[in-house]
Amino acid sequence: MNERWLVAMSGGVDSSVAAALLARSGAEVLGVTMDLGEGSSKDHAVPGSKKCCGLPDAEDAAAVARRMGFRHYVANYRRAFDQAVVQPFVEAYAAGETPIPCSACNRVLKFDHLLRRARALGARGVATGHYARIVRDAEGRLGLYRARDRLKDQTYFIFDIPARNLEELSFPLGDLHKEQVREVARELELPTADKPESQGICFVPDGDVRSALERLRPGLRASAGEIVDPLGRVLGRHSGTAGYTVGQRKGLGLSGGPWYVREIQTERNRLVVSRDSAALRLRRLRVRETSWLVGGLPEDEVRVQVRHRQAPVRARLRPGAHPGEIEVELAEPVWAPSPGQAAVVYDAADERVLGGGWIAGAR
Amino acid sequence: MRPIYLDYNATTPLHPAAVEAMTQVLKECYGNPSSAHWAGAAARDVLARARAQVARLIGAEPETVVFTSSATESNNIVLRSAARAAPQPAGRIVTCATEHPSVLETLEDLDVEADILPVDGDGRLAPATLAEAVGPETLLVSVMWANNETGVVQPIAELASVAAYRGVPFHTDAVQALGKLPLELAGLPVDFASFSAHKLGGPKGIGALYVRDGTPLSPLLSGGGQERRLRPGTENVPGIAGFGAACAAAERELPGRGERLGGLANQLWAGIREKIPGVRLNGSLEHRLPHTLNLSFDALDGETLVMALDAEGVAVASGAACHSGSTEPSHVLAAMGVPAELGAGAIRLSLGAQTCAEEIGHALEVLPRVVARVRAAGAA
Repeated sequence: MNERWLVAMSGGVDSSVAAALLARSGAEVLGVTMDLGEGSSKDHAVPGSKKCCGLPDAEDAAAVARRMGFRHYVANYRRAFDQAVVQPFVEAYAAGETPIPCSACNRVLKFDHLLRRARALGARGVATGHYARIVRDAEGRLGLYRARDRLKDQTYFIFDIPARNLEELSFPLGDLHKEQVREVARELELPTADKPESQGICFVPDGDVRSALERLRPGLRASAGEIVDPLGRVLGRHSGTAGYTVGQRKGLGLSGGPWYVREIQTERNRLVVSRDSAALRLRRLRVRETSWLVGGLPEDEVRVQVRHRQAPVRARLRPGAHPGEIEVELAEPVWAPSPGQAAVVYDAADERVLGGGWIAGAR
Repeated sequence: MRPIYLDYNATTPLHPAAVEAMTQVLKECYGNPSSAHWAGAAARDVLARARAQVARLIGAEPETVVFTSSATESNNIVLRSAARAAPQPAGRIVTCATEHPSVLETLEDLDVEADILPVDGDGRLAPATLAEAVGPETLLVSVMWANNETGVVQPIAELASVAAYRGVPFHTDAVQALGKLPLELAGLPVDFASFSAHKLGGPKGIGALYVRDGTPLSPLLSGGGQERRLRPGTENVPGIAGFGAACAAAERELPGRGERLGGLANQLWAGIREKIPGVRLNGSLEHRLPHTLNLSFDALDGETLVMALDAEGVAVASGAACHSGSTEPSHVLAAMGVPAELGAGAIRLSLGAQTCAEEIGHALEVLPRVVARVRAAGAA
């Protein structure tokens, strides 16, 4: 019997092609679209709809499945998504951080819940349309590597896959460039071949984090406070600290700038801003909740990336003050490392993901 | 491996007699029943024959049968007609918590108040509960005959008598009862009953509404005199022919089939209980359509189990079929007091005309294996 794979299908072109390639290679594909509920973007188009068999992106995924002749299901992960992704997102902003909900969604929804679902279905594992590669190294261990298409590489969002789960994951697009993926989609006449790229966070329409927070937790941003310079001089008012990001320049409403958010002091309900952009370039990071895909804390020189699509920087790592924490010393400063963002550690060649954690502070 | 279909409450394969009747009409009988000429007359004959066949199965006169597009439409006609007849400003419609969405969601859409009565742990509505709820403002009582998810059968004769005693019209969604229970509507104080062809071997897209002679009812649609003005629009002649043929076949096969399917379902339930720990039957064991099993499995997710069984070629339902695009815990099980965790692990197995002993044996081989695998995976 052919190997059975469960493929996470968002309804976009990437996961469509991932599923189609697996199916074409002879695998028995079970396509699954996760119904993430009111929080996720597509629902906003139809407020109050009861939705019976009608998620538009799920329809697209189902059309791909029909085209390729495999089965497709919609699986309800509304509660899990709210608990593991949406609420932590709100909490993180409430604590003055800038979270990456996509990482939480990958870790909890795709590489845990869906993986368990795959095991339940007797599948070999979960395949997704992520741009990343899983490769066996010289010692025979599986490793996570950057995608061939460096512009599309998504390892920054999936660095915290538990190492033991790599065995059960597949990223069929890892060796392809985006244009090739589109080509395959057209060649196979997939109905999603020319679907536009989805951008940003699925439950934050138009990237407007502050209105999303207002909707997700009314009143969270209710308490207005002061915007001060590094010497404590009041420059203006903010309407609640949640939703601001370190390094942010726009939307502060201050004159005499440009001003940048340097620190979010939630306990004092104030924003510290600075005109000195050099002060936002920092070299030392405190990183918490680290996880490693290779044994443990790497001792050699590594590269660390602190933001999606930012060039990784040479760095050395040291154990931190608390369990799971590390101190990162970068060879050159990086712009505005934000608490809540990931610090992902790559090998010196900038190819293999060694692990990483979450930025707790920087100086 | 041959696929196994255990989801007859969602829909059924067409009965060969229905295929035959429909094919003949599709090929030869193209007339409009409203036309005066020979072609129209032939189509009228088809309608008359089918109406008589449906009427026989429900134990009523042919004049009481109105063809509609579905039981959903039939339910809508009755509820919306009752609401329109409400004297301003008051008026209430009484129903129960385990009804089909085509009743509950229609009531949400109406201006009149709805009294949604609770059921007991067996899924049954007590006639005494109904008696307390029916008052001078009550416009209509609507209670389904047999539940689609659990197969639980309501005490329809008693409930209808309660309504009749208060002079309130009584409607029943009898979709799942048709072809499975003897209905004998003429002998009951039931004013309206909704039916669907595809649940008993007829085609999809055709339903019926029983309207007791003389009961006032206003149509949803306007624009024609078809179906005694209660359902304007040119009749779905092939669909109606198929519905009639399926009813005639059911009438012939009903006596033996109930017993046979009940036996197979009992065998299935006994085998499951023996081979799978942590399983319970939801709904009354006694007052139940014998061919429906609604089962809750401890520590597993029904949605996952449905997918896992499908991957092995076994078709079963989680909750009601219409919810399968976006599963939510079943309102039926919740109303019966089934705890949320057990409700989430519920599946429905429903047998039908073509189910055979060999399939039950195969299902009993697949189910324990798949349940064990789903449990081991801790899938959510």
